[in-house]
Amino acid sequence: MSFYNAIIVGLKEIWAHKFRSALTMLGIILGVSSLVAMSAMVQGLENGLRESLVAVGGLQKIRIEAQPVPVEQRHLRDFAPGITLSDVYAIQQSCPDIGAVSPDMRMERNPTLSANGRTYRTWMTSGIWPIQLELMEHHVQYGRMFNSLDDELARNVCVIGTEVRNELFGKPSDTEPEIIPIGKTMSINGVPFTIIGMFEHYESEIDRRKREVDTAEKAAAIAQGGPTTNTPVKVNRRRGYNRRNGGFAFWIKNNTVYMPLNTMWLKLKAGNTNSSSAPVLASLEVKIKDISNFERALTQLRNVMLVRHRGIEDFNMRTQEEWAEQIQRSVKNARMSGGFIAAIGLFVGGIGIMNIMLASISERVREIGIRKAVGAAGLDIFTQIIVESLVIALLGGALGLVFSQVVVWGISYATPTDNPPIITFGAMAFAFAFSAVVGIFAGLIPALKASRMHVIQALRYD
Amino acid sequence: MALLELRNVSKIYHLGGEEIRALDDVSLDIDRGQFVSIIGPSGSGKSTLMHILGCLDSPSKGSVVLDGNEIGSSSQRELARIRNRTIGFVFQFFNLLPKLNVVQNVELPMIYAGIGGRQRRERALQALELVELGHRLKNRPSQLSGGQQQRVAIARALVNDPKIILADEPTGNLDTHTGELILALFRRLSQEGRTVILVTHNPEIAAVTPGKIEIRNGKVATNLDAKLAGLDRTPKVSAAAH
Repeated sequence: MSFYNAIIVGLKEIWAHKFRSALTMLGIILGVSSLVAMSAMVQGLENGLRESLVAVGGLQKIRIEAQPVPVEQRHLRDFAPGITLSDVYAIQQSCPDIGAVSPDMRMERNPTLSANGRTYRTWMTSGIWPIQLELMEHHVQYGRMFNSLDDELARNVCVIGTEVRNELFGKPSDTEPEIIPIGKTMSINGVPFTIIGMFEHYESEIDRRKREVDTAEKAAAIAQGGPTTNTPVKVNRRRGYNRRNGGFAFWIKNNTVYMPLNTMWLKLKAGNTNSSSAPVLASLEVKIKDISNFERALTQLRNVMLVRHRGIEDFNMRTQEEWAEQIQRSVKNARMSGGFIAAIGLFVGGIGIMNIMLASISERVREIGIRKAVGAAGLDIFTQIIVESLVIALLGGALGLVFSQVVVWGISYATPTDNPPIITFGAMAFAFAFSAVVGIFAGLIPALKASRMHVIQALRYD
Repeated sequence: MALLELRNVSKIYHLGGEEIRALDDVSLDIDRGQFVSIIGPSGSGKSTLMHILGCLDSPSKGSVVLDGNEIGSSSQRELARIRNRTIGFVFQFFNLLPKLNVVQNVELPMIYAGIGGRQRRERALQALELVELGHRLKNRPSQLSGGQQQRVAIARALVNDPKIILADEPTGNLDTHTGELILALFRRLSQEGRTVILVTHNPEIAAVTPGKIEIRNGKVATNLDAKLAGLDRTPKVSAAAH
């Protein structure tokens, strides 16, 4: 008997017992759809995490932060120099594997920004070199970035993120048109600065799409001549971090205020009685030239820093690698445990198939006897039963793939998160293949049993 | 050489330590084109003999040579192949598959013979024409009368052009008239040159066939040689032919 014939016979058999087959398939449908849905949710989680990882500069970045002198070196703490510009120069000179070094100087306390009659406190105010843009993946959309001349002359210029603009000048959604505060004056702790640039608005893919839809809807409303500007805008004071945890990285980024390092030092810190006398930096951002030399670069960095700091570990090196690893680990864990649970569902579906196939062959003993009498070999009967089981599983699998779309849509509709589930082709292919395997294994025992029936006994069976 | 040669064939069952000889040292020949009945009361071992002749079962002892091939030691797979190509079965209870229609039932042996769809349909139609059922192709067996069902079963038995037609009480479930029609059909087949073996407990039916093998207690009691019977009407009683 050819495989094609076997499939036809299998389909007929399924059609002859529609309700029973549907119930059997339901197990596979649910198993497959839960497998796909589970994997889609994990995929969504992973994408969200990866997006925010890229938003903070990727794997090649290492951050050197000041930290309290460790206990065993506590007696040396007066000799601890802290992170300074000398470290920057030393790293530039002595670490061949480091591509870029970017100092970051901050104030002891978050400065108060004021402009346009409003004030706002942010903790992302830094004095930096322009190279920081490259390391932090910042992009100036309006105006310009300050340059080395601005730094040299310690000009009172700054570049801000959109969230700062939103707080001081108003959100684009509230003001029409969007305010671009280039050339405006903003005071930082009372010191006037000229805003010379503004970064683009950073947001996750989902937020961007959502915003575009909102804008389009608004535009449509305006086109229809309906009430637009005077409609009471729903006051939305949520600032992001409590709205979307994946959006936190973006929100921080949008809160940035950058000024030249020298400006920060000369105009804001040196005059501040609370600050130390030396130009101490809050942190250093370092970018490795080649990610494959990651370990070597890390060693170089550590050695240079230790020499510079007389062996005192008043600094701490933080890599994104830990974060990346953590992402990988949590995604893997979620995938494994979720997959395992969903696989149990499929497995149960398989047991359902086996059960039905066993019932089916004991109902069809006589049929099997007749088939054997007219010349079906054991293998033919075996194939027929396996194929029937496989057809049930594959039909269930295909329906399950369809149903999984509904499930995923339902999940994201019922519980909207920042990481909406994403159905991947790979997950669908895997679930479908897995249902096929389940079908074959479920059919194995019934098929063996059927193929081993003795012709005469089967023919006499009533 | 005979088409079917049984030599000292025994079939022994073990039932709770007791040895039951369903067939005891049976030897017989059936020639090509013979129309022969195997007759015996129930429990005589005629069903067992039929199973062995039909390659549904293997003998415990002895040799069975079918068309020059020893089949006593064949594997299940080879037996299935022989059943498919060389033997056509007709059963008392018709044994049609209730879910398939007439044509599909007749096509069944050809599916296992690996014959392609179009040829299968063609040959099934021919076989059904032969049993005068060319007009009931799409009916289910349950929609047919007993005689029609048996004719479908005969068409199914014929469709792979077997050398032997083996009928087990083919009229047992039919009324006398229909039974006679079926027997007439078998006679026609035999006249067309096929070997037809009729297994029955009914002497009236056995009387139709020129040859007659009587089984009692697992042994061949009488063997009326069909060819001789054809020439000479006087029954010739012989011990197991050699």
